[in-house]
Amino acid sequence: MAVVYQRPHALVEVPTHYCPGCTHGVIHKLVAEVIDELGIEGRTIGIAPVGCAVMAYDYFACDMVEAAHGRAPAIATGIKRSLPDSVVFTYQGDGDLAAIGTAETVHAATRGEDITIIFVNNGIYGMTGGQMAPTTLPGMVTQTTPYGRDVATAGFPVRVCEMLSTLTGVAYAERVAVDSVPNIRKAKAAIKKAFTCQIEKKGFSIVEILSTCPTNWGLTPVEALQWLRDNMMPYYPLGVYADKTEKGVRA
Amino acid sequence: MKGNEALAEAALQAGCHHFFGYPITPQTEVAAYMSKRMPKVGGTYLQAESEVAAINMVYGAASAGVRAMTSSSSPGISLKSEGISYLAGSDLPCLIVNVQRGGPGLGGIQPSQADYWQATRAPGHGDLHILVFAPSSIQEMVDMVFEAFELADTYRMPAMIFADGMLGQMMEPISFPEKQVKSFDKFSWAACGHQGKRKHNVINSLYLKPDELEQTVLERFKRYEIVKEKHTQWEEYLLEDAEYVVVAYGATSRIARSAINTAREQGIKVGLIRPKTIWPYPTEAVKKAADTAKAFLCVEMSMGQMVDDVRLAVNGKAPVAFFGHTGGIVPTPAEVLDEIRKLAGGDR
Repeated sequence: MAVVYQRPHALVEVPTHYCPGCTHGVIHKLVAEVIDELGIEGRTIGIAPVGCAVMAYDYFACDMVEAAHGRAPAIATGIKRSLPDSVVFTYQGDGDLAAIGTAETVHAATRGEDITIIFVNNGIYGMTGGQMAPTTLPGMVTQTTPYGRDVATAGFPVRVCEMLSTLTGVAYAERVAVDSVPNIRKAKAAIKKAFTCQIEKKGFSIVEILSTCPTNWGLTPVEALQWLRDNMMPYYPLGVYADKTEKGVRA
Repeated sequence: MKGNEALAEAALQAGCHHFFGYPITPQTEVAAYMSKRMPKVGGTYLQAESEVAAINMVYGAASAGVRAMTSSSSPGISLKSEGISYLAGSDLPCLIVNVQRGGPGLGGIQPSQADYWQATRAPGHGDLHILVFAPSSIQEMVDMVFEAFELADTYRMPAMIFADGMLGQMMEPISFPEKQVKSFDKFSWAACGHQGKRKHNVINSLYLKPDELEQTVLERFKRYEIVKEKHTQWEEYLLEDAEYVVVAYGATSRIARSAINTAREQGIKVGLIRPKTIWPYPTEAVKKAADTAKAFLCVEMSMGQMVDDVRLAVNGKAPVAFFGHTGGIVPTPAEVLDEIRKLAGGDR
């Protein structure tokens, strides 16, 4: 009998700690499937962030390193410079990547490091219980913006792909979403392209994935997906923001 | 050879081909030397965006199983302390160089030993120690670089060369040791890609269950005990008949030695204990000296930090005096001699 679907080898068979309806599980699976399809598990090193995905090191079957908050791109740089033929990816949330780790993110990008960042943007600090993130939308209520994010005092959300796309070292930057089957398929294609870009040493690659946090958004999983479509997508348009994967950034 | 450059060359010869740094006076020659030599040996020299990034790049390289180092000076070491804690908590070997300058804050750029507490008490948050070598000459600094890498790899812990602006900037003739660099097989624990040959490795310092975290720390402290037992290093000078004992390390110990020689000419029976490692600290040596010594004098380029360790070791058996300068002022042999004479005042 033909096998039509199975758990990716690069995903360890353990229960995860994610909340019901959280999209981290989907994103983990997509990354693991790409690792399987490219046949790179044995030379891949993943870097887990601080945040909800902190324990991703237990879920991926490749070698894993746990980073301090925001430092994943610097650690990825250290690994990649030591093992140039390895495949190195970081898995980071919005607080990790776009607040405490902004410098590490921007400079890994501008150096054109041959690493891949999987950037999960759900507009909130999930692990610590739902505080304002750098990507929290204007007016959005969180534990630390109880009256809604007031841009007069809390400033404006960061559009990471747009910002990074101005840098010469960025070979590939795409924003995707995991709200529907077609978008999930596009997300996987983007992740695969980003990993391939790295393998071909074309430069820095990042896939920003609009994701949900039903628990801290105070919505059901289905409502959360609709909220993502209605609110996140207009502010964070999906699409390719940088693509130098033909010639690479150093060409 | 200039201290900073000799240190860098020693690291290269010890098989360290991955350097991550950030410019800061007075250690800049380490980075400059590395930027010149690393491309020639196929290594990595990377000027990071910050001290924080540099130490995390070291964390990444050490995770991948290669010898890696960073170099900085006092304010930069404060920034690295987050990374040092994670390195210790993840049992990763590496070399950190602190060419100390005056503090606190931006302080100054002249020699200082005011980071002693930071290096020996709290190089980062949490229960941890790092190996700290305190060279007093450029030759010793070179030798210690080799040893620091080897012990860091053996015990899987970060090691520090604790120098100061004087050692970094001065020049002395040196020779590099010709011994073979010991190689370590790190595939069993490093995050270097499992190649389908073993289960996946995880480099991590997170333990959410208190009993697991305690066990991990206890295991690490057992290793620390072995390090203390086997690798505490110090030098004794004219100690056999000494009634008075000066304790000093690093560049300051050289000044103390001159003062001791003059004091001996004047008939004062004074000797020196020079800690070569300040963690682990030669507590037993100081304790033993306290059985016969009438008084101790601790000399430092700080307001008095190591003096705490001397007092702990002496444990009230004899008075412990302190003399020092801070802010980048180097004590003179004449000043130290005066202090020795004061100490011996009752007899002279």
